[in-house]
Amino acid sequence: MNEWLIGVAVVFVAAAATVAVLCRDPARQAVVLAVLGLGLSVLFAVLQAPDVALSQLAVGTALTPLLILLTVRKVNRPTADDRRDGEESGG
Amino acid sequence: MTARVRLVLFLAAAAVIAAFFIAACTGLPRFGSEAHPYGDRAVAAALAHRTANVVSSVNFDLRAFDTLGEESILFTTVLGATLLLRRARDEREKQPVPERVLPTTRLFGAVLLPVTLVVGAYVIAHGQLSPGGGFQGGVVLATALHLAYVAADYRVLQRVRPLTVLDIADSLAAASFTIVGFAALIAGGAFLKNDLPLGTFNTITSGGTVPVLNAAVGIEVASGLIVLLAHFLDQAVEITDPDGQETT
Repeated sequence: MNEWLIGVAVVFVAAAATVAVLCRDPARQAVVLAVLGLGLSVLFAVLQAPDVALSQLAVGTALTPLLILLTVRKVNRPTADDRRDGEESGG
Repeated sequence: MTARVRLVLFLAAAAVIAAFFIAACTGLPRFGSEAHPYGDRAVAAALAHRTANVVSSVNFDLRAFDTLGEESILFTTVLGATLLLRRARDEREKQPVPERVLPTTRLFGAVLLPVTLVVGAYVIAHGQLSPGGGFQGGVVLATALHLAYVAADYRVLQRVRPLTVLDIADSLAAASFTIVGFAALIAGGAFLKNDLPLGTFNTITSGGTVPVLNAAVGIEVASGLIVLLAHFLDQAVEITDPDGQETT
């Protein structure tokens, strides 16, 4: 049973990581990265490493995607005249 | 360097690394086996210092010097972001306008904010006893505060995060890790030696310097990440270029 859980988690992490690499749009990449972080934290928890799972959950799922989304929002900002607020303001 | 040379260089380096990596992996204990030579020693060392969470014992006692380095990395990151993201002369601040928030979102944030704060404080306080610790709890505390932004608006977030206080707390907590190390050097003869009374096993004060260093890291991570996120949020929400020009 445990081997199956580990196997499913590993396959999920590999798939999510591949999607994150193949994704070209940084905003979408951030969302995929959050999903990947969730998968990784499940994998760590299944492998009996709850401390690392907690770190991964907090940093990989919440913090890093948030920082990426904020950076994308700042870099992609259209000129002051035609600002379209709230369209990509994730978080 | 042309693309072709780069590719050849990469393939050569990758082949060498792959060969050594595979050779090293063959020497590993089998996956999921019963023998954990490092684990057994770490558990024995943690129990000798009456620390219930072996991972915290490794982080803050056996390998406390490594953690000092990691903590300094975070401190330097916050410092670097503060320097790079300061308001430039050709940028100006714009007071963000409050946006309409769905009542359900507001309720979600109002209910979850205190719960998350308590969870963060709990995870930090029990780092020496159960999974978690200063780093994990600190990140939870830092992200919890930003529920105020999700549930209300930016001005509410600005009111709940006193940045000057957090800046000072960040520096003091980062410094106190080193101070604890030097205190151990003076009292016990080795940098970061666990020389405090060890207390009763599995109580919140057990572990000697472990809960002290754990709390220092918790405060440093929480305040450092709030400051870091504040600079990113300021850039994204508040600061605009004067004539709406894209800067490169």
